[in-house]
Amino acid sequence: MKTLYDKIWDAHIVHSESGKPSLLYVGLHLVHEVTSPQAFEGLRLNGRKVRRPDRTYATVDHAIPTKNRNLPFADPIAAKQVDTLRQNCKDFGVQLFDLDRIEQGIVHVFGPEQGLTRPGMTIVCGDSHTATHGAFGSLAFGIGTSEVEHVLATQTLQQAKAKNLLINVDGDLPFGVTAKDVILAIINRIGTAGGTGYVIEYAGSAIRSLSMEGRMTVCNMSIEAGARAGLIAPDESTYEYLNGRAFSPKEDDWDNAIEYWKTLPTDDGAMFDRTVEVDAAELAPFVTWGTSPEMSVTIGERVPDPAVIADENKRKSYERALEYMDLEPDQNIESIPLDRVFIGSCTNSRIEDLREAAKVVRGYKINSSVNAMVVPGSMQIKRQAEAEGLAAIFEGAGFEWRDAGCSMCLAMNDDVLAGGERCASTSNRNFEGRQGRGGRTHLVSPSMAAAAAIAGHFVDIRDWRFKEI
Amino acid sequence: MEKFVRHTGKAVAMDLANIDTDQIIPKQFLKRIERSGYGEFLFYDWRFTPSGELIEDFVLNRPEAEGASVLIAGDNFGCGSSREHAPWSLHDYGFRVVIAPSFADIFYNNSLKTGLLPVRLSAEDVSTLAGRSKDKPEYAITVDLEAKSVSDSLGYLKTFEIDDFRKYCLMNGLDDIGLTLQHESSISEYEESSRQTQPFLAFS
Ligand code: SF4
Repeated sequence: MKTLYDKIWDAHIVHSESGKPSLLYVGLHLVHEVTSPQAFEGLRLNGRKVRRPDRTYATVDHAIPTKNRNLPFADPIAAKQVDTLRQNCKDFGVQLFDLDRIEQGIVHVFGPEQGLTRPGMTIVCGDSHTATHGAFGSLAFGIGTSEVEHVLATQTLQQAKAKNLLINVDGDLPFGVTAKDVILAIINRIGTAGGTGYVIEYAGSAIRSLSMEGRMTVCNMSIEAGARAGLIAPDESTYEYLNGRAFSPKEDDWDNAIEYWKTLPTDDGAMFDRTVEVDAAELAPFVTWGTSPEMSVTIGERVPDPAVIADENKRKSYERALEYMDLEPDQNIESIPLDRVFIGSCTNSRIEDLREAAKVVRGYKINSSVNAMVVPGSMQIKRQAEAEGLAAIFEGAGFEWRDAGCSMCLAMNDDVLAGGERCASTSNRNFEGRQGRGGRTHLVSPSMAAAAAIAGHFVDIRDWRFKEI
Repeated sequence: MEKFVRHTGKAVAMDLANIDTDQIIPKQFLKRIERSGYGEFLFYDWRFTPSGELIEDFVLNRPEAEGASVLIAGDNFGCGSSREHAPWSLHDYGFRVVIAPSFADIFYNNSLKTGLLPVRLSAEDVSTLAGRSKDKPEYAITVDLEAKSVSDSLGYLKTFEIDDFRKYCLMNGLDDIGLTLQHESSISEYEESSRQTQPFLAFS
């Protein structure tokens, strides 16, 4: 009896020997401009080729601007990095979804959207949020640049098998509680190192009830819980999402693929090394108050008081976080005023996230003290949101409506918090300086971020007055 | 890859938990396309003010940290992004070893491929070593990969765990790709057999 992870692992072993890591075949390799230049350079220096250009797809997302993209980049170093990727893709025969393509977007958004991501597959990318693709029941994880080079050259990866961790989220999610809140709750519970050494399988009725977008949000932040990969068994929602996408199998292939995918879910009675149970009905919208994704509370709670924490290291880290975030112990979360709101990133920039946010925004204007932007995860999502009238809602309310990219999730381009600015963000990391030196990040769901943009401070989305117009 | 066999060097302690890769090498320095030259940007936002002046009381900027090559840190070191620029910058700055109670997975792997040795010791041992390095400016630690041991001149001697295969690669400076390509025929066989048994999964 095997888990989903065991099955995918076993199906991809190329070679194994005791005392050594296994050689694992890589089904799909996604590439972007920031972690690949040194890898391609390594191939060149050693006279090597890309072994499977047909299983390697590239896009630009991390360092690119999200406005005025018809103009030359303001940043010459970023421009050089993007040009280097273009040249590398050309030289090595890799397909690139460049800035002029509708497919262009954040690596973890465009892969599923194009049907490149599939159940039962192994997927790697030089980016720690690769776990996102696990939502489809694929084993997907982030790798470093040396490993990128290794995969380019060999289409394999040397890997040691991780342990199995089951996170069961059962019950109905209350109104206003989203996939983002589920994963923030899990990280709050097990801690940012809680998943280290494990691959997480998310299961239970609350997970099954999530859309594919929601499942991607959950799997995306597995790395924030310390796990390299997180996955969810494929089911009807998965197949429905993938059916008809550009790279999805067609006709007979599709039927054969589904037949195979149906063999993947964890067998009854398979062993997990550890199990965590979460009661969905008890969850509430989360807001992070500190500089680590585990430092969070629900909207009704208060900022914690370090003085009552017995463990000295933990107390010190709480004190440091509060100082950086400029918050007081016991402060009411709703009283925290905001300067910026960012709706985007591979965690929450998909069409459903934008629909959720737009529902909140409809009929309102953003608070005059807030500067807010929406950055769709791909150009395809951007066009779809425009067609559905979501863009008009955001722009009408005063949000900036940008082109696709990572943007202020990591602030490598011009979308940066100034020192001291405070931001409600739908992204995944609230580390010191993540969104700009001295910037203060609070992680929330798209609807919580949208409501905060309008109120100018955090509010409980469960009390929101939705306007139907 | 540079070999690692045995190293003795001055230790410096940053006893904070969860030091993430965004701190180790802030994103504005990830736009370069080279593999070297990241040392000057290591812990940039902690070492320099926004206007670029040295922050003198940050540990690495203190005179006694000059020339340190062993970094002692807290739990979950290297969490966050997969950027290999993090171990590159530590290595380029002059560090050869990082000692911590635990490391984030990707960082740990990346380090081994950079010739930077991550060493896991118990939290008590890490705090003992950190204490000694704070008390004594020239405090040095010896890490012997062959013996898998960490020692100092004050009588500390403990062994640490490391995967034998990783140890072997590091001690011999072996290139992973070269090793994997010894199994080229297995890779081709794997590809051929999936083409036969699961043609429906091919990318068109
Ligand atoms: S959106 Fe943020 S987390 Fe996602 S790939 Fe881009 S930088 Fe990484």
